[in-house]
Amino acid sequence: MAFQLLLNVLLAFVWMFLEGEYTGSAFVIGYFLGLWIVFGFRRFFHSRFYLLRVFAAVNLIFIFIKEMILSNIAVLKVILKPRLDIKPGIFALETELEKDWEITILANLITLTPGTLVVDVSPDNKTLYIHAMDISDKEEAIRNIKGTFEKAIMEVSR
Amino acid sequence: MTEIFKFTSGALILLGAFLSLVSALGIIRLPDVYTRNHAASKSLTLGIMSLLLGTFIYVYIEHGYFNSRILLGIVFIFMTAPVAGHLISRAAYNTGVKVWGKNGEDDLEESRNREASHSSDEK
Repeated sequence: MAFQLLLNVLLAFVWMFLEGEYTGSAFVIGYFLGLWIVFGFRRFFHSRFYLLRVFAAVNLIFIFIKEMILSNIAVLKVILKPRLDIKPGIFALETELEKDWEITILANLITLTPGTLVVDVSPDNKTLYIHAMDISDKEEAIRNIKGTFEKAIMEVSR
Repeated sequence: MTEIFKFTSGALILLGAFLSLVSALGIIRLPDVYTRNHAASKSLTLGIMSLLLGTFIYVYIEHGYFNSRILLGIVFIFMTAPVAGHLISRAAYNTGVKVWGKNGEDDLEESRNREASHSSDEK
């Protein structure tokens, strides 16, 4: 990934020198042309074409914003309801992610979506302990996190 | 076109104010540290974000001034709010605050107990 990015920037600079123009727009044009070259040679790199990863990251951000708005509405309902009929609790979530930064991002995303909040991570980094506002739909929450966030993060790091 | 953007930014700012109000209400109403933390660290995040976004759009449309610091503010709130929420709830848990409710489920307590018994066995 880093190598492809560096190569792309290098190609952009080559384009700038060929053009004899040292402006931002020349750099951008060179970058896009370099992107095509990197794309054409994608079979010869060890890792995937890096733009796919960028797309995956953008996709992750969109999923996250959608989830955040939806679950914000859910929390609003709980707060504004005249009767408090919530049943909070802490449940365990087994995660398949391995690297530290992946787990950090997963925990941050879970914490930022209302209704769930990461309390602790087990010492072997395998289990996240999540406090939920309403534990009655625990299975649903686990399936949701596994299906959306974890998959999207895996897509980025693959 | 300008009018539409003005209304959008006004709506965003009102929405942010509403969300902040509701999370303040939530902090008063909800029963224990964890649930209050839910209201404080998250509804508030979205509220502040939409406030800042509305301000950003307004300043850009009205004065033609691209204020990058507002965008930076959004990014930093995005990064720091979950960490703060996580730390507060973790500290609360470690000082022994119980989950609210009659039979609050607590998987973490079980695993902590298991670990404690393991380490006492080893000794």
